[in-house]
Order: sequence, then C-alpha cells, then structure tokens
Amino acid sequence: MHALEVLQLSKTYGNGVEALKGIDLTVEQGDFFGLLGPNGAGKSTLIGIISSLVNATSGETRVFGTSVQTHRSEAMAKIGLVPQEINFNQFERPFDIIVNQAGYYGVPRKIARDRAEKYLKQLSLWDKAHKMSRTLSGGMKRRLMIARAMVHEPQLLILDEPTAGVDIEIRRSMWEFIEQINRDGTTVILTTHYLEEAENLCNHIAIIDEGIIVENTTVKALLGKLDIETFVLDLGAALDRAPSVDGMVIELRDPTTLLASLPKSHNLNALFRTLEQQSIEVKSMRNKANRLEELFLRLVDKQDHPAQASSGATA
Amino acid sequence: MSEPVSATTYWIGYKTIVIKEVTRILRIWAQTLIPPAITMSLYFVIFGQLIGRRIGDMGGMPYMDFIVPGLIMLTVITNSYGNITSSFFGAKFGKHIEELLISPQPPLLILAGYVTGAVLRALLVGIIVLITASFFTDLSIHNLPVTLLVVVLTAIVFALAGFINATFAQKFDDISIIPTFVLQPMTYLGGVFFSIELLPGIWEKIALVNPILYMVNAFRYGMLGVTDVSISIAFGIILVFGVVLGAVCLTLLRRGTGLRT
Repeated sequence: MHALEVLQLSKTYGNGVEALKGIDLTVEQGDFFGLLGPNGAGKSTLIGIISSLVNATSGETRVFGTSVQTHRSEAMAKIGLVPQEINFNQFERPFDIIVNQAGYYGVPRKIARDRAEKYLKQLSLWDKAHKMSRTLSGGMKRRLMIARAMVHEPQLLILDEPTAGVDIEIRRSMWEFIEQINRDGTTVILTTHYLEEAENLCNHIAIIDEGIIVENTTVKALLGKLDIETFVLDLGAALDRAPSVDGMVIELRDPTTLLASLPKSHNLNALFRTLEQQSIEVKSMRNKANRLEELFLRLVDKQDHPAQASSGATA
Repeated sequence: MSEPVSATTYWIGYKTIVIKEVTRILRIWAQTLIPPAITMSLYFVIFGQLIGRRIGDMGGMPYMDFIVPGLIMLTVITNSYGNITSSFFGAKFGKHIEELLISPQPPLLILAGYVTGAVLRALLVGIIVLITASFFTDLSIHNLPVTLLVVVLTAIVFALAGFINATFAQKFDDISIIPTFVLQPMTYLGGVFFSIELLPGIWEKIALVNPILYMVNAFRYGMLGVTDVSISIAFGIILVFGVVLGAVCLTLLRRGTGLRT
C-alpha cells in the first residue's frame, strides 16, 4: 500500500502565487522519503496540504488510501507532523504538551502519560519534562516536537526541517531516533536544508522546484547520475601545490587536504601511483560529503548563484 | 479506505480540550478568578450600599437586591467572551492551535471544547460573585431551573460570539475592540443597573432591541421573580442567537477561516 499519494495537486494562494502546479507523488509504506527544494519551491505548501493546514485548490492527497480532502479525521489519525516553526504553547510543560496531544488523537490519559515518559526519555528530555517549555534550548524544542508527533504512534511521520539550527551532536542523536522509528515500520517524509542528511537517511528523494516535481527517484539512482566523483585525501605532510594527474582534477583545499575529482569510469590507481612517486603520504581518504548538493543545484538550475552553491543551505 | 475514527477518540479529544482550558483558567487564577470578585465587591459597596441607599427601591425591591442578578450576568458575559477570545486567539497567535487542526478532532468538537471551557469559567466566576454578593445582602433563588438555564445559555451565546471575534482577529487589539465598544455599553444599557420602566418613551422601545436586556431580565426573573420582559421571548432570543452564532462558528471552522490558508 502507498503511504502517501499526491494526485494532480495544485495550490494557488489568494495573492495569485501558484505554489503547486498539479504535482503527482507517491511514497511507499515503510520508506524514508526526502523532499528537497529551494526556499519557496512549494515543500511547505505540500506538507501543509497533507496535514490539512492548507486547503488544496484542486487535486487530492491520500494517506494510506484515505483522502485528506474527503475523510480528514481518518487521514489525520495516521499522520504525525513535526513542523518547521516552533508551535507549542511555551507556557506549558513538555509533559502536559505531549499528554494533551495524545488526547486529541484519542489516546487515554494513562497510556498518554506512559508514552510521554517513554518518548521524552528516548529524546533525552525527561529531566525537562516538568519545566516550562519556554526555558528549553532550540534543540530541545525541536526534540519536544518530535516526541509530540510520535505520541499517538502515527503510521506516517512528516518532519519539516527538524534539525534546522541544531548542533551536530544533537542532530546525530535525532537521526538515530528517526532511523529507529523508520526501522520499526513508520514511514518517514523528511525535508531538510542539509543535503548530507538527506543522502544519509533517505531511500527515495523528490526534488520540487517552482511548484513542480523535477526529480523523483531512489538516492542510489540519483547519485548514479553523477558522472564525476570527488574524494577527500588527508595527507601526512603539508604540500605547497597540488600534484597533477592525467584525467583528474586535483585541488589543494588546505596544505594537508587534497580534493581529487575524476570520472566514475576511471580508477584510483593512477592517483595513488603519482602520489607514491612524489612521496606524498595519504593518511586517510573518504568520499566528499554533499554529493547530492551538486545534483540538486543542477536540477533546480541554481549553479549561477554562488551564495546558494555553498554548504548545504539551499534545500 | 480505513475505519472511521471512533466515538471514544472524539470523546477523549473533547475532554482533553476541556481539561486544557480549565487548567489554563486555574493556572492564571490571578487574572481569571480574582479580578471579577474585586470589581464586583466595589460595585456592591458603591452602587449597592452607598448610592443604593439614596435610590431606594427598584422594581419593587431594595436597589442592592435589584443589581445583584445584573452584575452576575455582566460577569458571566464578559468572562465567557473574554475567556474564549484570549484562549483561542492566543492559540492561533502562538500557532499551537495547529496541534488541534492536524488532529482527527472535527470542527464541532473543537468548538464544543473551547465553548465548554468558557462556560465553566463564566460559571465559576459567577459563583464567586454570588458568594461575594451574599456578604452584602440576603440572597434567595426564585426559580432555580430558569436561573441555571439562562446563565448557561447566555454563557454559551457569548462564548460563540467571542469565538467568531477570535477567528477574525489578527492582533491582540482586535480582541479588545468589541468588548470595549460593543459588549460593555450593551451590557450597561441592558438593565443591569436600572429597570427600563425608568426610560422615557422612545428610549424604552430602543432598549428592547438590545438582546442583553432579555438575558439580564430572564436571569433576574430566575433569582428574584421580577422582569421587564416576557421570559418566553427572552428564551427565544437566547436560543436564536445561540443557533445562529453556533452555525457561523462551525462554518468558519470548517472553512478554516483565519486558521487554514
């Protein structure tokens, strides 16, 4: 069964802005699905329509076969939403916020309390459970919204930039939690500004731009479209200039780090032969992260915008 | 297709909204419960005791006794209206109304939950004012069912009106305009402090257009057994307002006016 079907979905706002232009999208049950696109592409409108916060102009969205437009209550019972903006009452305590949210989904209060404890503990917030929410840090507030979205144990969890502004340590713990939820059977739809995050977490990715889906495929297939691969080599000693190797572009990122870009059809032997001949010691090597960024920029045709081409702030 | 959402889910959802509302009222008790008691004590002292002695009888009874039902209704109306506007608009402004909007709860139960919260606050504050009044005069209830029915229905009517106000409000100023410029004058001119028999000619007829007059008089009838208007007409007006405002609220919620884009 499809976890989500989006059929010919359009949205035109009152001011005439056409946010979605008849898009079709399918997310399979159990998938970890990434929804990427530049700011203003239509991602939040799409999530708004799926979660019934935005009324569609035309078309339909179905959650596990149930139409959001005709059977809103039934469809909403299956969704958990972590929105982009903080949207809980900051004058309430995290524990109460979660227990009340469970109540809106018909979870009896006793069970709701147990689940609130479970999810607050899993997200390392239990010690803050009875503090005023406004005293939580930004990362804690985002984790609280994840706990709130999970308390009714939805079949489909939608995360709209859940790790925005969160430090790397907390971001990684949030990834682990979300990955575990996905392994346990919950379908996850994720939008993120961090393309590395999408690459590491998602099985499928759709890229939306100016209200249309410009790509919708598996991460593997998407990365397969990259004909150039870049490797990062950490060196044992500092270099003045990058060595030259036929058929490759070698750059010196800093005195002890080389970036080697080569077509996928080439092997790395020539590179290592050259480095050995020049007595350059390679201590470690890895794929350059954010490979997806290159594809993303190509697909949404933003290569001419250097500000957006820098680290991952474009989705 | 999936199974319909169960009645239990709806019931628990409704109860949750009510619990949340009551918790809010009790948490900010210094804003919700104490001010009416202080204000009404001043009314009883100044209008009832000091000025009232010089006024003498009104509607065939001491002035102090005459104004007690009106002041209770004034409190019920302002608290019912004020509770729902501040709570619902606050939820809208802080975006936590989205917690409910993305839940399976239908518009009817969201409305019912907020209205119940407003009515409970109105009744709680009404009881506090009633207890306060008992320090100034001997109270008795002429007709308990009428008294309770009028107070509950009036609280519902003004909760619904407040809900509409909160739905359209864009900023906090927008929820104080109607109470200040519409509700308060209508209540003060609605027979809280005087019998409309005192009004000269045409003004008595104009006063009859004010729906709050009927609510205050119906409540006064329940407490004291005296009224300037027909009780049947008063109930009819309250019910018509309740049905019309309720229908407007549900239409707004279903359309998502001010809530969904």
